[in-house]
Amino acid sequence: MSAPFIWIFLPLMIGGFSLLIGRERLATMVGGATAVILTAAALIVPIDEALGFGSFSLKIASSYQILGRNLTLDSAEAPLLAILFGVAGLWFLGAESVGVARRLTPFGLIIISLLVASIAVQPFLYAALLIELSVLAAIPLLLPSNQAPGRGVIRFLIYQTLGMPFILIAGWLSAGVEASPGDLSLTVQSTMMLGLGFAFLLAVFPLYNWIPLLMEECSPYVVGFLLWLLPTVTSILGMSFLDRYAWLRTSDQVIGALRVGGLLMVVTGGIWTAFQRHLGRMMAFAAVTETGLILLSLSLNPATGLPIVFLLLMPRGLGLAVWALSLSVLDSNSESLRFSSVQGMARTHPLAATGLIMSALSTAAFPLLAGFPPRLALWNGLAQRSLNDSFWLLVGILGLAAGAVRMLAVLVMAREETPWASRESWAQRGMLGIGMIGLLVLGLFPQAANPILDRLPLMFQHLGH
Amino acid sequence: MLATIVSWTVVAGLLVTSSGLLLYQDWRWGIGFLAGQYAGVFWLVLQHWPLGMAAAKLVGGWMATASLGMTLLGLPQPHEPVEKYWTQGRTFRLFMVGMAALLAATAATGVEVMLPGTGIPVAVGGILLIATGLLQLGMTSQVLRVLLGLLTTLSGFEILYAAMEGSGLVAALLVVVNLGLGLVGAYLLTVSPEEKTQ
Repeated sequence: MSAPFIWIFLPLMIGGFSLLIGRERLATMVGGATAVILTAAALIVPIDEALGFGSFSLKIASSYQILGRNLTLDSAEAPLLAILFGVAGLWFLGAESVGVARRLTPFGLIIISLLVASIAVQPFLYAALLIELSVLAAIPLLLPSNQAPGRGVIRFLIYQTLGMPFILIAGWLSAGVEASPGDLSLTVQSTMMLGLGFAFLLAVFPLYNWIPLLMEECSPYVVGFLLWLLPTVTSILGMSFLDRYAWLRTSDQVIGALRVGGLLMVVTGGIWTAFQRHLGRMMAFAAVTETGLILLSLSLNPATGLPIVFLLLMPRGLGLAVWALSLSVLDSNSESLRFSSVQGMARTHPLAATGLIMSALSTAAFPLLAGFPPRLALWNGLAQRSLNDSFWLLVGILGLAAGAVRMLAVLVMAREETPWASRESWAQRGMLGIGMIGLLVLGLFPQAANPILDRLPLMFQHLGH
Repeated sequence: MLATIVSWTVVAGLLVTSSGLLLYQDWRWGIGFLAGQYAGVFWLVLQHWPLGMAAAKLVGGWMATASLGMTLLGLPQPHEPVEKYWTQGRTFRLFMVGMAALLAATAATGVEVMLPGTGIPVAVGGILLIATGLLQLGMTSQVLRVLLGLLTTLSGFEILYAAMEGSGLVAALLVVVNLGLGLVGAYLLTVSPEEKTQ
């Protein structure tokens, strides 16, 4: 038994088999149970250490060899596995309430296992190929068989596919730079390739136009799932590059590019959020801002920045889940997610409206909500380096806050005679309630996640020490 | 010497197939050109990879092509609509292919410097396919055309990458990516009602 078998091949097989499931409830149970069991296993089962059961002993090996290369998941990666499968479990459990469980469970499990494989593969630069495979698996997740592909899906496919070759070539060139550090032209070429690759994969400004289109065309819940998972794992790949190559993490130009790219995403994402008239597009731009925050954190000194990146992960996953679930509830009860269609829906769907406002405020660093502690830490780190940068972060966050206030205004703008009622189903109420409590708990007690987050930097040999 | 002559002949063939993919809108021609293109890719990859690995690329590419072709064959009206916003002039598209060929010819020496031992024909073939694939992607939003563009761009990249990396896992994953693109393309074509009816 090996760790890659448990956290890669097992969910991959379960995902494959669950394509045959025809009932929403069963699909939810399979997806949720798989994710919960794998989360518990990541927290409890030691890797590369003998487990004794009476006279028997069992050892989970960390490596699995495939075609001459290794898939390795050691104990340093266990906290990340717990976060990925734990948050994915929340998404799977909420899928039935919005009617996408039969798609999300199988394809979600396949995608997450491919992305875990991308974290495990050695050498790590092959991860780009596995990320591309997960993108391909995302297409049937985004499009049910009765829906024509729109421009968003096509652009998503094109941009993510174009990212892969750049990363692969950059990985090859980086090894050359490491061998001959004085070769300036090779360094420039490698940095350019890497920058373009990550710009496509992370949808860095201005390559993020597919995100709002996708939010308009497809189920907000499945798009939200992808907007949480893909940038998270791609960021880990980016950190692996920084960790592996000393010339990259010590380069002022690379750090500057991360800073500028991050600020552009935060500022443009925040400002566009403030001016949208479609709730889905608002979430899209908020997700862009979140990715910008990760880039900004990476531009800080690793000792400060790395813990902030990890601190951002859980609020991002939880916030997007609550936001997407709330949107899906409103979407299924209105013509569209345009302001004109959802106006006054807080009276008929108060929990969904509250979930929407809470997650938007959490993204806008509202105190006592999950997004506040990491943003405060980031702001502090930025302010120590440059007041200009912290000002632009403020601009982006004010944009998000303005968007949240507009959203609130539209949702409560009902006719006087409209009675208050809660038309959400019990499952929707339950999942929204759990999500909102999670946002509050992570905001009030951010240290609750410390036992997991403290061990995450150990994944990286140089960045984490 | 003979291998070089054959390689240049293959590059000329790639110029024909990639131009054909841009010039002809009939899907049957597109599928045919793509299949021929993979044969050329096979030869150029063979300059750096062993026969088995290069053959896997050929078979993978043909399987992706077949999945697209079979899907289009099964659709009620599988002929392609003339796209409203696609630049219609053949002369313009031919001019763009010429520019791509010029780019490939001039940039190949740079690639050869960056990747010593690649070989000029391999570099020209790779860059040509990348450039024409990107042209295809930039000119249309039609599902089949986008897929043909992506597969062409990836083919060009794979020709160049074969000179850098000889790992079996990479070869296998690239084949799976090509196949995956073919299958995703087939899926997208079956769920595109407007392409069936027009």
